[in-house]
Amino acid sequence: MAAGAVPVLETRGLTIRFGGHAAVDDVSCAFHRGSLTAIVGPNGAGKTTYFNLVSGQLRPTAGRVLLDGEDVTALGPALRARRGMGRAFQLTNLFPNLSVRENVRLAVQARAGGGADILSRWDSRRAWIATADRILEEVALAPVAGSPAATLPHGDQRKLEVAVMMALEPHVFMFDEPTAGMSAEEVPVVLDLIRRLKASGDKTILLVEHKMDVVRSLADRIVVLHQGRLVADGPPAEVIASPVVQEAYLGVPVGAT
Amino acid sequence: MSLLSGDLPRSRILSLLLLAVLVGLAFAPFLFGGAQPINTAAKVCVFILLVASYDLLIGYSGIVSFAHTMFFGIGGYGVGLALYYGTATWPVALGGLAAALVTGVLLAFAIGLFSLRVRALFYAMITLAVASAFAVLASQLSAFTGGEDGRSFRVPDALRPGTKFLDAPLFGVDVNGRLLAYYIVFLTVLALFLLLLRIVNSPFGRVLQAIRENEFRAEALGYRVVRYRVAANCIAAALAVVAGGLNALWLRYTGPDTTLSFTIMMDILLMVVIGGMGTLYGSVLGATLFVVAQNYLQKLMGSAAQALEATPLLARLVDPDRWLLWLGVLFVLSVYFFPTGIVGRLRSGRQAR
Ligand SMILES: Nc1ncnc2c1ncn2[C@@H]1O[C@H](COP(=O)(O)OP(=O)(O)OP(=O)(O)O)[C@@H](O)[C@H]1O
Ligand SMILES: [Mg+2]
Repeated sequence: MAAGAVPVLETRGLTIRFGGHAAVDDVSCAFHRGSLTAIVGPNGAGKTTYFNLVSGQLRPTAGRVLLDGEDVTALGPALRARRGMGRAFQLTNLFPNLSVRENVRLAVQARAGGGADILSRWDSRRAWIATADRILEEVALAPVAGSPAATLPHGDQRKLEVAVMMALEPHVFMFDEPTAGMSAEEVPVVLDLIRRLKASGDKTILLVEHKMDVVRSLADRIVVLHQGRLVADGPPAEVIASPVVQEAYLGVPVGAT
Repeated sequence: MSLLSGDLPRSRILSLLLLAVLVGLAFAPFLFGGAQPINTAAKVCVFILLVASYDLLIGYSGIVSFAHTMFFGIGGYGVGLALYYGTATWPVALGGLAAALVTGVLLAFAIGLFSLRVRALFYAMITLAVASAFAVLASQLSAFTGGEDGRSFRVPDALRPGTKFLDAPLFGVDVNGRLLAYYIVFLTVLALFLLLLRIVNSPFGRVLQAIRENEFRAEALGYRVVRYRVAANCIAAALAVVAGGLNALWLRYTGPDTTLSFTIMMDILLMVVIGGMGTLYGSVLGATLFVVAQNYLQKLMGSAAQALEATPLLARLVDPDRWLLWLGVLFVLSVYFFPTGIVGRLRSGRQAR
């Protein structure tokens, strides 16, 4: 990435308070095209809340979110999604009674801006169904395409969550612990997918992940959140070795350094 | 087939029942003689449209509204008052309907925009308040609306019983203005029902179902939930307005009891629940069963009471005056045994889509 280029995504002084408690506290951070940034931190550090602020599910108490250099702080999640922000949720968040295929097809349809079409038959748009099926193939969910999403085992639901995000064809990808609770055979499917996204070179990927080996193998950069604050930011080897991370992960309060 | 929605009944018994209703309504004037059956058939048609449009809200979009009768009433008063104050001509009737459509859709848009962002329960309360206010307004403005008495009016010549289109009866039925009026009601309802079926199976309709399933997720996909809800609200309102207009045209009367009353709102709710929410076909069965029961239960009980004269206790139990009680019992039983409605019951055991 060229130094000085406009970051794809940037947060400036991003803060949210729940009551008196700042779950995300003055986080300024920029993410560039083609990068994969891991966001780590202990439970309750504010990682998911940070994602919620970035993708618009929550409105900040203070600070701004910039997408492609434009201030999107005032936009809701739908408009941010349309501008290319994709999000795979930590807590699986699907249409439980709709089929696996329909879950993905609705995302393809959203991407195509097809929701306003009120008079044609949904199944006359064969291309949307074909795209959905191709994506399900990629995450090895094709065999269960016809089942209601709620009947899938946990690991498959996590994969479907990722498939739905892929269907939106975003340029910013936010993965919130995509492999949590997955079996050992399922994890590589998702990691390969992330690796392929990264290899395409033009995506901006944010990954919240607890497993340090995964982080080390995928990330170009690690950002550490602790009690809502950004406490470290840099290349993986450096950040992992830093005392501040050791402290954060050991649960020792970070001193007033 | 491309005109239709491809959303088939998916159950043989359901298909047969629907076919029976369709044939029954299509040939009602020829199959059943007399005034009461044809009045019942027209009412069934009107309620199919009214209940199906309500199903678009409650069944497909997960919106609980108590204002559906208000839109029904707007249609009834629009056509009725136009014909009452204007000449009994088609342009006046259609002008009244157009004015009602504009009023209804604007009102639905405003209520939707201001309150569909809020929680479902709160929305239900708001619609209840608006609908009550509207009903009060309609009876207070009695100089204009006729108050509690409503207004009887003349319909265009072509719809009057005295207008004969053929000199001789056809299959024993007079081909007169009433027959034309019935078929206008029937065909309009049929066309709009097919349109609704098409809408719920369109990409738009699929988004409504997605929103009902998980609003938060739909928004995250880029669908602006409030807009979809408002659109569904406006479509449902427009169809209820048309149903109200047809009803007034058929009855040649408009008044609070036939359009705005809360009893009708309860009836609509019962019909949609009995038939099965979120299926549209359910509204056909729910409306048919309900209206027929409403019109014939009393008669049936009358003859049962006569037959049971020998045993006074039983006779008193089925006294025609108690028909409402029995109707209530029937509905409690049907909701208890068919919690997903008749259609849900008939389709059960089949794979979810
Ligand atoms: N809507 C909310 N209202 C009140 N407090 C909240 C809300 N959302 C999050 N919090 C609090 O903010 C803090 C950060 O939570 P968050 O879910 O962002 O942590 P996390 O880093 O994602 O943790 P984990 O690794 O467990 O997923 C927690 O203390 C949480 O209780
Ligand atoms: Mg989290």
